[in-house]
Amino acid sequence: MARLTVNGSSKSIDVAPDTSLLSALRDVLNLTGTKYGCGIAQCGACTVLVNGDAVQACQAYVGDLGDAEITTIEGLSGPIGDALKAAWLTHDATECGHCQPGQIMRAAALLAETPDPDDAAIRTAMNGNLCRCGTYGRIHAAIRTAATSLSDPAKG
Amino acid sequence: MTMTNHRPRPDRTPAPDAPSRRTLLRVMMGTGAGLTLGLVLPGSEPAAAADGDNTTDAGSADLAPNAFVRLARDGRVTVICKHLEMGQGVYTGLCALVAEELDAPWDSVHPAPAPADAALYNNLYWGPLQGTGASTSLANAFEQMRRAGAVARAMLVRAAAEAWDVPPDEIETTDGRLRHAAGDRSAGYGEMAAAAAALPVPDPDTVPLKDPATFRLIGRVDLHRPDAAAKIDGSALYASDIRLPGMLVARIRRPPRFGATVKSVNTEAALAVPGVKAVTPLPAGAGLAVVAEMPWQTARALAVLAVEWDDSATVTTGTDAILERYREQAKTPGTVVRNQGDAAAALTKPDSVAIEATYDVPYQAHAPMETPSAVAHLTDSGIEIWTASQTPTTDVLAVAEAARVDPARVTLHPTFAGGSFGLRARPDGGCARDVAAIARALAEQGIGAPVQLVWTREDEIRGGWYRPMALHTVSGAVDANGRPTAWRHRVVCQSILKGTVFEGPLMGDGIDPTCVEGVADLPYAVPNMYLDLHMPETGVPVLWWRAGGHSHTAFATESFVDELAHAAGTDPLALRLDLLRDAHPDMLNVLLLVADKAGWAAPLAPGRGRGLAVHRSRGTSVAQVAEVTVKDSTIVVDRVVCAVHCGLPVNPSVIRAQVEGAIVFGLSAALRGRITMDDTGAVEQSNFHNFEVLRMAAVPDIEVHILPSTAAPTGIGEPALPPVAPAVANAVFAATGTRLRSLPLRLKG
Ligand code: FES
Ligand code: FES
Repeated sequence: MARLTVNGSSKSIDVAPDTSLLSALRDVLNLTGTKYGCGIAQCGACTVLVNGDAVQACQAYVGDLGDAEITTIEGLSGPIGDALKAAWLTHDATECGHCQPGQIMRAAALLAETPDPDDAAIRTAMNGNLCRCGTYGRIHAAIRTAATSLSDPAKG
Repeated sequence: MTMTNHRPRPDRTPAPDAPSRRTLLRVMMGTGAGLTLGLVLPGSEPAAAADGDNTTDAGSADLAPNAFVRLARDGRVTVICKHLEMGQGVYTGLCALVAEELDAPWDSVHPAPAPADAALYNNLYWGPLQGTGASTSLANAFEQMRRAGAVARAMLVRAAAEAWDVPPDEIETTDGRLRHAAGDRSAGYGEMAAAAAALPVPDPDTVPLKDPATFRLIGRVDLHRPDAAAKIDGSALYASDIRLPGMLVARIRRPPRFGATVKSVNTEAALAVPGVKAVTPLPAGAGLAVVAEMPWQTARALAVLAVEWDDSATVTTGTDAILERYREQAKTPGTVVRNQGDAAAALTKPDSVAIEATYDVPYQAHAPMETPSAVAHLTDSGIEIWTASQTPTTDVLAVAEAARVDPARVTLHPTFAGGSFGLRARPDGGCARDVAAIARALAEQGIGAPVQLVWTREDEIRGGWYRPMALHTVSGAVDANGRPTAWRHRVVCQSILKGTVFEGPLMGDGIDPTCVEGVADLPYAVPNMYLDLHMPETGVPVLWWRAGGHSHTAFATESFVDELAHAAGTDPLALRLDLLRDAHPDMLNVLLLVADKAGWAAPLAPGRGRGLAVHRSRGTSVAQVAEVTVKDSTIVVDRVVCAVHCGLPVNPSVIRAQVEGAIVFGLSAALRGRITMDDTGAVEQSNFHNFEVLRMAAVPDIEVHILPSTAAPTGIGEPALPPVAPAVANAVFAATGTRLRSLPLRLKG
C-alpha cells in the first residue's frame, strides 16, 4: 500500500514502492491524461507537477513521493492553468494532442517560475517535450499569450 | 465547441451476419483501384453511426437524413466523420463543410467518428475501401460532405414551408434558424427537426449547393478545432487510454532481428510472476505476448521469458551492406517507368556538359507520440476492437482472421490517434490484429476478459514497418545554352505494396507507384527523360510514411535540378521557372511567391545560404526557401519560407498547422533521425535518445503563405514535407560549396 496526493486528494493505492508515478496515475488511478511516450525521460509526454515542479512521471517512483502534492492535467487549475488552456485554444496548438498535456504541464511550471519568459527561456524550458506533429511554433506563441494575459488580464 | 468522450460500453451487440467482407473485398479489389463505389443512398442509416468512443451521443437525433448528419431537437448537429482524426485536423474540415451548407452555427457542430462500414464511409478516391491517408480526406469528401449538409438544410426548409404554409424559396436560413421574412415567422433547426425527418430525403446529387462567394465558414481563419478542448484538458481518449472492467494488459517480445520466429519458449518463470495470466503467440510466429493484470507485471515477466528463435529466415545484413547492394544494382538497368526522347544519346552529345549524382535516404520510423495500441474484447457474439485505424476495412478483415470470427462480427470503435504518419495503416492489420490474436489465445485458455496491447517505444522504433531506404542515381546534361537536355533517373527502393492485399489492384504493371511517385510525374520540361526502377527485397518490413515516395523522390529531383543549375551556371530559381513552363501553373505561382517572400536574391552573410525546392504531390504545389547557417560543420536551419497552393483553403488555420508540422517532420528526417541495422541485422536505435527528432530549440522560423484559389481542395497533410530536405541541402551547398547527397544531412568536421 502506498499513498499519493493527486489533484488535492489523498489516494491509497495497492502498488509496490518502485512503481512509476506514470503507471500509478494511468493504470491504477485511471488518470489517463498523463501520457506515455518513451519511458526514458526523453519526450516529456508524462510531465506532471510535483510540489509545483515539472517532473517526468516515468522517472518518479511512488515510494519516493511521500506526501508531495501531485498535479496532473486533469487537476490543473488556477490562473496559470486557465490562461494556458485558453491560449492553447486561441492558437490551435493541438494536433493529435498526445504530447499536449505534458506540454501544458511543463509550461505551467515555467510560468510559475518565470512569469514573463523570453524566447530563449521558453525554448530551454520546453526542449524536453517532444511534439511529433510539429506544433512547437504554436506552443511557443501560446505560452507568450498566456504570460501576457496573466500580467495584464485586459490584454489576454 | 466541446466534445464529450464516452468511456466505451462493452455490452454492445455485434451486427447481424452479413456476407463475408473478405470475399467482398477480394471481388472489389479485383475490379481495380479506380473503381468508385456508389454514394450513400439517400435515407440510408449507418449501422452504428456515432456510436464510437469519442462521440457525442447522437442517439437522440431527430433528423438523420444520411450517413453523415444528425440533428437533435436541441439544435445540436453531429457530423459523422469517415476519416480518422490523427492530428491532421480532418474533423475541423469535415464539420466545416457540413455546417457551411447546413447554415449551422459552428458551436452547434460536433464531430463523431464513423464506425467501420465501407459501404457508407469509403474513401471516394480509394474505391471500396474506408480509409485515411495520402492527404485525400478533405479532397475526396469535399462535395460529399457539402451535399450531406445541403440535404439536411433542404429538408428543414421544406418542413418549415409546410408548417407555415409558405413557398420554400421564401425561407432563409442563418446560424441554425429558419426565417420567413415576409410573414415574420422563425424557428430554430431543432424545433423543425422532427417534422423534417418525416419528409422524403432529396437526391444529394441534385440538391443545390451554395455559391462559394457566400461561404461564411469555409475559408474563415478563426474556426477553432472541435477536438481541441478534450485534448487540452486530458479527457480525449486514445486506444491506450481505454479502461474496461477486468481488462488485462499485454506487452510483447519481438524477435531481435527481422524474419526470426519463435522456435521454443520456456514460460515457467514468466508465468510465476504474480499477476501474470498467460504467454500467448503473436501471428506468424513473430513473437510472444505476456498478459497480466498490470503493465509492470508484464515487464517483470518479459525479463525472465526465455525464448529461442528460429533464425532460418532471419535478416542478418546491416544497412551498410544493403546500401552497398543497392549501389551495385543501380549500375544495371531496371524496369522502365518512363521514357521520352533518347536520354542516353543526349547525355553523350559532344557540346553538352553531363553530370551524375547519387542520393540515398535511410529507413525511417514513424514515431508518433502515441505508440500503436489496441484493445480487444472477444465474446461468444463477436469481437470488439478499440483502436485508431487509418484503414478500417482491411483491419477488420485482419482482426477477423486473427480472432477466427466472421468479419461481420467485428465491431471497431475508433479512438483518436496520437499521431500516425502512415503507421496505423498497416495492410496486415498491425496492432489491432495482434491484440485480436492475443484475445483468441486467451479465450482458448478460458480467459474472456478484454485485453489491451500497448507497444513500448522500443517496440515501435525497433519493430520495422519503416519508410523504405532508397537510392537514386541521376544523370543529366545541359547544352551550350545552359538548357537541360537529358535526365536519366534510376531508383532502387523496396516495394511497399508487394505481398500485400494492395499488390493486385495497385501494381498491375509490376511497378510500385510508391517507389517512384514524384519522379515518374516530374514536370520539368527536359526533352529526353528516362526513369527506371529496381525493387529489391530485404526482409525489412516497410510501409508508407508521411508523403510516401515523395519523401525521397523530391530529395533526389530537387537536389539534382539544383546541381544542373550550378553546372549550367544558371540561377536555380531561373532554371526552375524555365523548366516548369509546361507544368501546372500553380507550381510557377508558388515558386514566384516564395522567392518574393524569402527575398531570394538578397545577399547573405558568409557561412549562410539559401536553398530552394518546389514539388507537387497529392494535387498540391509547394515551394520552399530554407535559410541555413553553417558553423563548425553544424547545420542550423534559421528560417523556412513556404508557399502552398492547395485549392480552396477550407480551414486556413489547419492548413498552416499541417504545413508547419510537415516541415518540422521533414526537418527531423533531414537533420536527425534514421534507422540503421548493424552488420548482424539488429536495429541500432531504440528510443528518442538515438532516434532523434526535432525539439523546440532547433525549430526554425516558419512562414506559410497560402495562395488564394477557388479550385477544389487538394491534399495538405503531406505535401509540405518533400521540399524541406532538398531546400536545406541546396542551402548548405550555397553556404559551403559542399553538396550533401545523403539523409540525414551531415557535414564532415
Ligand atoms: S514518457 Fe516520460 S519522458 Fe517520455
Ligand atoms: S500534437 Fe501530436 S505530438 Fe504534439
